Amino acid sequence: MKPAPFVHHAPRSVAEAVGVLAQVGPEGKVLAGGQSLIPILNMRLASPAHLVDINQVAGLADVVVTGTEVRIGALVRHAQLEHHDEAYAALPLLRQALVNVAHPVIRNRGTTVGSIAHADAAGEMPAVLALTEGVVEAVSAGGTREIAVADFFEGALETSLGADELVVGVRFRRFAEGTGTAFMERARRHGDYAMAGVAAAVRVEDGVVADARLSFVSVTDVPRTLDVTSAFAGQEPDAVDWSAAADLVAGAIEPDGDIHATAAYRAMLAAELSRLTLAAAAARSVALQQHLSDSEGPAA
Amino acid sequence: MTEPIADSATEELLDLTVVVNGVPRHAKAPARRLLSDFLRHDLRLTGTHVGCEHGVCGACTVLVDGQPMRSCLMFAVTAQAHEVTTVEGLGAIDSMGPVQQAFIECHGLQCGFCTPGFLTTITAYLEDHPHPTADEAREAISGNLCRCTGYQNIVKSVLRAAELRAERAGTTT
Repeated sequence: MKPAPFVHHAPRSVAEAVGVLAQVGPEGKVLAGGQSLIPILNMRLASPAHLVDINQVAGLADVVVTGTEVRIGALVRHAQLEHHDEAYAALPLLRQALVNVAHPVIRNRGTTVGSIAHADAAGEMPAVLALTEGVVEAVSAGGTREIAVADFFEGALETSLGADELVVGVRFRRFAEGTGTAFMERARRHGDYAMAGVAAAVRVEDGVVADARLSFVSVTDVPRTLDVTSAFAGQEPDAVDWSAAADLVAGAIEPDGDIHATAAYRAMLAAELSRLTLAAAAARSVALQQHLSDSEGPAA
Repeated sequence: MTEPIADSATEELLDLTVVVNGVPRHAKAPARRLLSDFLRHDLRLTGTHVGCEHGVCGACTVLVDGQPMRSCLMFAVTAQAHEVTTVEGLGAIDSMGPVQQAFIECHGLQCGFCTPGFLTTITAYLEDHPHPTADEAREAISGNLCRCTGYQNIVKSVLRAAELRAERAGTTT
């Protein structure tokens, strides 16, 4: 339970970090919070020859909220984002999901960007990046590129990142005004890896459902967005049967069984959590629309 | 011919300095030295206990710049940039910290293996949440495993520690 030997690099800038990555190539691994990587090293599931520790790199710890996005740097700890009130106001789904990420002590050290780059199908934040149609910013010695979430995740623990690339930040896109969101997951014990989890975003407009989307934790290899609007479009939220997307959900997930839950149980959980999160997200959307129309005063 | 596996004879040793309980402490250790092992083996501060070594049990929790973190999921080389507080920094036998005192009063430990991780975690928690409910106390310790107490007395200890903190604050102001 001790890591194999490695050479430790402590770059102070992004340029220095990607310089090291260019030299060591596939023998190198980036260390940020280490809450997923260090267990893997301790168990010797991986033994990279070089560790590029970016904790001293300047300029990577900022949360920036704009009118359209929430951008976080690669050293923003889960806890920092969870408690960031401006980010919560702009994109409540961030905090709704983050409180499910492991335990508070792990969130003090682990980074949200690292969790996304790690691309664990049981990770909450990859599913959030998918639902927000976010963007990953990667830098290498050759330059910077932006990777849309649909092109980033390739499989369980696999991404389209090159060995010479460093993720310096990700951008979560904010939802259209009046969109409600919800996140729920079920684990054997609170804080454990979820057997299944669902993120939902619903927009109610003019009294009817205009848009409804889901993304999943632990029941797909690759986090992606499932558009379920067709199951509810034009219906009033109070009258909707939120289980109407069950067939769409069943067709989109591919759960595996393990000692914690069978594939069939995970599929059942995903369907039920979809129903619950859609209803909760729709209720929030209705409340937001009410608030918006109240603050605008009587309609013209 | 295969590559020889690097061992302590060939592995480069780094000069590491980590501030622990307010005192800069030096030792030579390889880059792969976990903070937990650095504290115990190199600095001989054996109050920090090592259970699972993959972040699950919480026994090795220390405070890093006041925030509880797993010392088994951090390298000593990375910890050099921070101030570390271990259970030895929470109080002494004749001047217990409020959480330590509460664990004694409420029988919050039996074998004591998990206790250092609980003490550090709860100390930091009460800084931010000085008046927790029983449910909040239970949530606060959800990342720490104890196989003796069944947690009932640990929850009581959290609540008692909150009282002791308030009492001590009252007597010093």
